[in-house]
Amino acid sequence: MASYETHEYDVLIIGAGGAGLRAAIEAAVGDLKVGLVCKSLLGKAHTVMAEGGVAAALANVDERDSWRVHFADTMRGGQYLSDARMAELHAQESPDRVRELEAWGALFDRTQDGGILQRNFGGHQYPRLAHVGDRTGLEMIRALQDHGIHQGIEVHMENTVVSLLKTGDRVSGAFGYEREKGRFKIFAAKAVVLATGGVGKAYKVTSNSWEYTGDGHSLAYHAGAELIDMEFVQFHPTGMVWPPSVRGILVTEGVRGEGGILTNSEGNRFMFDDIPELYVDQTADNPEEGWLYTQGDREARRPPELLTRDHVARCIVREVQEGRGSPHGGVFLDIAWIKEKMPNAPEHIRRKLPSMYHQFKELADIDITQEPMEVGPTTHYIMGGIRVDADSQMTAVPGLFAAGECAAGLHGANRLGGNSLSDLLVFGKRAGEYAARFAIENKAVSLDESEIDTIAAHTLKPFENPPEDGNGDKVGPYDIQAQLQDKMQELVGIARSQESLAQALAEIQNLREKAENVHAIGNREYNAGWHTALDLDCLLTVSEAIALAALERRASIGAHSRDDHPEKEEPGAGKYNTIIKKADDGTMGIRREPVDELRADLQEIIDEIG
Amino acid sequence: MAKATFRIWRGNADGAEFVDYDTEVSEGMVVLDAVHRIQAEQANDMAVRWNCKAGKCGSCSAEVNGQPKLMCMTRLNDLPLDEPVTVEPMRAFPLIKDLVADVSWNFKVKEKMKPFTPRPPDAEDGTWRMEQEDIDHVQEFRKCIECFLCQDVCHVLREHDLHDEFIGPRYFVYAASLEMHPIDTENRLEELKDSDGIGYCNITKCCTQVCPEHITITDNAIIPLKERVVDQFYDPIKKLFRVFSR
Repeated sequence: MASYETHEYDVLIIGAGGAGLRAAIEAAVGDLKVGLVCKSLLGKAHTVMAEGGVAAALANVDERDSWRVHFADTMRGGQYLSDARMAELHAQESPDRVRELEAWGALFDRTQDGGILQRNFGGHQYPRLAHVGDRTGLEMIRALQDHGIHQGIEVHMENTVVSLLKTGDRVSGAFGYEREKGRFKIFAAKAVVLATGGVGKAYKVTSNSWEYTGDGHSLAYHAGAELIDMEFVQFHPTGMVWPPSVRGILVTEGVRGEGGILTNSEGNRFMFDDIPELYVDQTADNPEEGWLYTQGDREARRPPELLTRDHVARCIVREVQEGRGSPHGGVFLDIAWIKEKMPNAPEHIRRKLPSMYHQFKELADIDITQEPMEVGPTTHYIMGGIRVDADSQMTAVPGLFAAGECAAGLHGANRLGGNSLSDLLVFGKRAGEYAARFAIENKAVSLDESEIDTIAAHTLKPFENPPEDGNGDKVGPYDIQAQLQDKMQELVGIARSQESLAQALAEIQNLREKAENVHAIGNREYNAGWHTALDLDCLLTVSEAIALAALERRASIGAHSRDDHPEKEEPGAGKYNTIIKKADDGTMGIRREPVDELRADLQEIIDEIG
Repeated sequence: MAKATFRIWRGNADGAEFVDYDTEVSEGMVVLDAVHRIQAEQANDMAVRWNCKAGKCGSCSAEVNGQPKLMCMTRLNDLPLDEPVTVEPMRAFPLIKDLVADVSWNFKVKEKMKPFTPRPPDAEDGTWRMEQEDIDHVQEFRKCIECFLCQDVCHVLREHDLHDEFIGPRYFVYAASLEMHPIDTENRLEELKDSDGIGYCNITKCCTQVCPEHITITDNAIIPLKERVVDQFYDPIKKLFRVFSR
């Protein structure tokens, strides 16, 4: 084996968003040696973009809230496909995880009596989201970062992992490169936690940055772990649509939580026209009641704008398709109208939604206190991901753990807003804790050196490939990435069918062949083209998994909609999860597993609360 | 579609120069969009650091026509496009490559500062009570996205290169967020006076002017910290008091 810079850890964390930082902090509680690898600078991961808040049944604003209601809300939102044990742990533990952030310096907005203030959000029955204006994610990642840097964790910023290393069945480390000079690094570890976030870059319109290329999903899959429910990709209903260069940037659900309404080109508040059966009892049937709800009236029911994200996104697509959209192909989101209701509305809006005000003012020349925004769906989050044990977050590969967006189970067919920030705290902590335990209970294994040179050679292949393939087609990394994004957007987006998905799988196969020949120019120093070329492997793997799972689920449920199967359940199929695993011949295999029956005490909660 | 020329700094620590790229520009584009288009179509290996593209992560800091800016929040229609738009990395830090500067010094500065140290919880459930009005000013400091543009523009770092004696505006804001945090118990004034070099700041307010989060760095963070340092170390009555209380 050639010689590579090698670092040895008890626990290696890959990814430094909320889940990765929380896992690293927990793993470092004892005297274990913990390494943290991240693609960007510390504190820049996507958690920073989270706006609305972190869901936790603190019951500071409404004492009727409890973990039981939060559990029931999460299960309902996920269309009862969630892992109930994860939903239980999440609802029970998130209040402590939020309070703990205050002990590390976070400053949430306050209630009148000095506690943590909570706001309304889609699918949550009571005001439940602890927040800081509309920059909650920044507050969380900064609190974790500023606490984490004093815990003895070794951080490798701007490093990318390209492969996990295994010795026998067990994970034994990871192989990657540092961005600055392109040098390879080996990270040997007794336990590895994946906390790499999402897959948004597989799509053309997304709220995600360049980093979200499904690295963790792909690393775990190739290491032999299972992926679950990959068809469930959340299209957030409100992304910016104009100007073109900002298309996809998120507009927080907090706008609707503060009273913002959705209207079409006819001025109609179309969300009142289609309220799903499961939510009729909880939803306001007139605008006044909806307004009162957003202003804290406990007797009022929530406005239909705060229905779950999958439903709101579909309604917006319907309005646009039927010709009632806004000038640039979205609908209107109006918060300015609240001046009819309060004297100091512009000031109130700027205080409650400062970064939205800023974002529209600077990027679109729109003053949201005076005029409506134009919004439309944007690829935001993947509910599916690496299958983990609910308590320990360990995957099917011994020593390999996963937490946060790249792991799956909590959100089922649709995630409630605010549940991702609590997810990454609760399960980031658990992953760190159990990974540390694994590292204590198991000896280090020696690295299998035979595979490392092969991985290194594969990583350098883009430099050796010629600039054009045999057919004279361009094989630049950006060309291939853009083609994949176009196809995923068109064929595996909000509306899917047998035909579109089969075509998508063929296109992905075709692009995979092209990606084999992808050509990178220049040298290994901070070379964005080379990095994009290497990310293609991951993007193609997750794209195939999403399309394959979407083809397998012949029904329309949660975030997954099949034009050819509009019914919620396939007749006779019952409730099931889709499971993807790499087959022995290297192809992607898929099967179904029935959803476990609920534990009796959890079923009681559902029966009681609904 | 109109065309514009972007004059981009290319190279590494061994040598770098401006290279001109012509590219198409359209309505609503920001500088980062143009840089990305050039990267995808003409210069695949160009180094640029970015993440959120919405002014929230503070990664894409650079100097656009000589002004410290986030590339993702700098709109082309605010720039004169009849002449080349210059884009170069932050100059107060060493160059890694092209538009990417080595900002690792900043992370090391923060690690050396005394961490947040809360008083014991106020309530039995381990929580504290704080009034909103008591945290408003600290929340202003906590809006910081660590883009380091304030560090880039500060003459103490940029021109006098006092990185070993002066922590820069970003970390005065950080210190202020801790010192004014209602439940923090630590005292950082001695470090601010000595190793952090707050005395070097002569209140030119350049940092406040470039802050993309509009944090009033000088007035709300640095000046109050300077006053606290003066109160603790230079107030004659307190000085006398300290002599006798030893």
